[in-house]
Amino acid sequence: MTQADEKQQIAIDATMQSSEHQAWKWYQYFTFNTDHKVIGIQYLVTAFFFYLIGGLMAVAVRMELATPDPDLLDPSLYNAFMTNHGTIMIFLWIVPSAIGGFGNFLIPLMVGARDMAFPKLNAIAFWLNPLAGGLLLLSFLFGGSQSGWTAYPPLSQVTAPIAQSIWILMIALVGTSSILGSLNFVVTILWMKVPSMRWDQLPLFCWAILATSVLALLSTPVLTIGLVLLLFDINFGTSFYKPDAGGNVVLYQHLFWFYSHPAVYLMILPIFGIMSEVIPVHARKPIFGYKAIAYSSLAICLVGLFVWVHHMFTSGTPGWMRMFFTISTLLVAVPTGVKIFGWVATLWAGKIRYTSAMLFAIGLLSMFVMGGLGGVTLGTAPFDLHVHDTYYVVGHFHYVLFGGSVFGIYSGIYHWFPKMTGKLLNEPLGRVHFGLTFIGTHLTFLPMHYLGLQGMPRRVAMYDPQFQSVNQLCTIGAFILGASVIPFTINIVWSWIKGVPAGDNPWNALTLEWTTSSPPLIENWEELPVVTHSPYEYGRDRIKADSVATQAG
Amino acid sequence: MQGSIDVTQSAVSHHEAHPDLRTIGLLTFLISESLMFGALFATYLYLKGSAAQWLPEGTEVELLVPSINTIILISSSFVIHKGDTAIKKNDVKGLRLWYGVTALMGAIFLGGQIYEYLSLGYGLTTNIFANCFYMMTGFHGLHVLIGLLLILGVIWRSRREGHYSKSKHTGVEMAEIYWHFVDVIWIILFTLVYILTAF
Repeated sequence: MTQADEKQQIAIDATMQSSEHQAWKWYQYFTFNTDHKVIGIQYLVTAFFFYLIGGLMAVAVRMELATPDPDLLDPSLYNAFMTNHGTIMIFLWIVPSAIGGFGNFLIPLMVGARDMAFPKLNAIAFWLNPLAGGLLLLSFLFGGSQSGWTAYPPLSQVTAPIAQSIWILMIALVGTSSILGSLNFVVTILWMKVPSMRWDQLPLFCWAILATSVLALLSTPVLTIGLVLLLFDINFGTSFYKPDAGGNVVLYQHLFWFYSHPAVYLMILPIFGIMSEVIPVHARKPIFGYKAIAYSSLAICLVGLFVWVHHMFTSGTPGWMRMFFTISTLLVAVPTGVKIFGWVATLWAGKIRYTSAMLFAIGLLSMFVMGGLGGVTLGTAPFDLHVHDTYYVVGHFHYVLFGGSVFGIYSGIYHWFPKMTGKLLNEPLGRVHFGLTFIGTHLTFLPMHYLGLQGMPRRVAMYDPQFQSVNQLCTIGAFILGASVIPFTINIVWSWIKGVPAGDNPWNALTLEWTTSSPPLIENWEELPVVTHSPYEYGRDRIKADSVATQAG
Repeated sequence: MQGSIDVTQSAVSHHEAHPDLRTIGLLTFLISESLMFGALFATYLYLKGSAAQWLPEGTEVELLVPSINTIILISSSFVIHKGDTAIKKNDVKGLRLWYGVTALMGAIFLGGQIYEYLSLGYGLTTNIFANCFYMMTGFHGLHVLIGLLLILGVIWRSRREGHYSKSKHTGVEMAEIYWHFVDVIWIILFTLVYILTAF
């Protein structure tokens, strides 16, 4: 036990004695704190900080692409921005905020536990993130890694070796963080549920995080090994990925995508969980198909482990593999479609409240369907061969990652901010934020599909002049997206300091986190809640009245 | 590892006791960890499958020392279990004895491996097989070292009266589970790298 923990323990004891309602002091959010709620907020704020950095890189990349010639940025700097934009957005923004942020804040509250199973491990897992982020920024002193977020050899073996090595260490750190966090989630969800809660009363967000964690536990170690071998190739003279010495570059792609395709589900499954919480609350209706949505998370987790080769259709992959992985890829659309259907059916004839959280949730629904349809086309080998490594791919994954994951994170923030801080967010500013984000997303990423179909390759600072006008549309869209963060940031900072007090349950929601104060007590409840109903029984009285009326009629 | 868990316990023990989840946590972690070795094994098989000749010309694996090492490591899994049985009968002396023997066997294993490395005549960068060989055995050796440190940690902690007892010995069990894990991985590794290349 370190001194810090003892101090913290004393702090907890002191708080417990003086008043049950006392909350953490502001500066305690900047320390090694084992409270899952503090850790959740630490994850979210840190991730948002890196989101801004990654966003600035994206804007720089788009500004460069406003003209066909590489005139604004030095091409290797362009490559570094492009690489680290992707790396930051995936490993330091979406994964830590969706899983680490919302997962940590909500899981113990939702299952009725006082904390995660291993609080200290949890805090260690968080603190690996700022460390990793620091390493990534440090790598820019050595030119920044420039081989794309996929770091394929041989490119990654020959460009900026020091920066590339730092990049590998950084990914290994966030990977470790993700494994430690996931094991904590699995144990907490499976073993620390409050006894009065039946399995079919477990909120869908918990099922989603469970599936996510299993996926992270099974796939992250494989990426780590793939990257360690790359590190040895770069620095210690091995030849795992050097064909001239008996190595194999496609091997790297297998190891990389065995993690990095499931990583796509790591980034969207928790978001699906957020959707399943936000939509019923703001549509005032029970979720449609609880079991179907819960099981489909597990199905995505399972099938998602066997689709990775669809990223490698052009890597000399044999025909039988193309066929197998086309089929398995298209299969993933089934459980995903089940979820989409469930949410649309929940919205159907609901008393929808168009709060900012709900706007982002509905926006997500529409964007994810578009991104998903693009995914079905790309998952089909014959089509993929034509658009592989073009802007069609860039357009597609930004629809699912930005239109999907980031919209979901925004939705979650608007929904749970009152619980996290005890303050309401400003709704008009939220609407401005939504409007700018929605328009900006379409304007930036929709034209990319067209560019890709016309054959514009991705990841290159210069392009054929015939694509200039469409590229400028995308660049304008990127500026709008950049601007969209401003009202959001103002809203968060202003509301946190001066916002209207939210009360315990501003949305009249039924999951357990709303049964405690806002922000919740240090150990969540004075006495653990007793679960008496399913988490989604909204409008129950009305439904009863309706059915009575129908019978009478 | 154990220190962190003590804190865990004290941090949540204000109101209700909740069951000790440390062993379950370790098992979950080991499932994840085994995928690391899985990736290494897959890498090995992939490179072996795509090579024209395996082993490369002039490279041979040593069999005698590794076989003795294997026998020692597998036996140590039974020895460590005797230590676990002892503490379940409140026999701290027995625990210290058997865990001490296990630690010794683990140290001999590591010594044998270093001897093997020095006598092989090829190094990490010699050829693609040597790359795989040193990565796999080295990564496993690192795990043996960690297991050894866990065992020594248990012996160190057991010096305090009543630290481990019949009803309180999760740390002892965790070290044992980890040691079995290291053992099982070795059996697969030995089969792949030594037996299947020798015949």
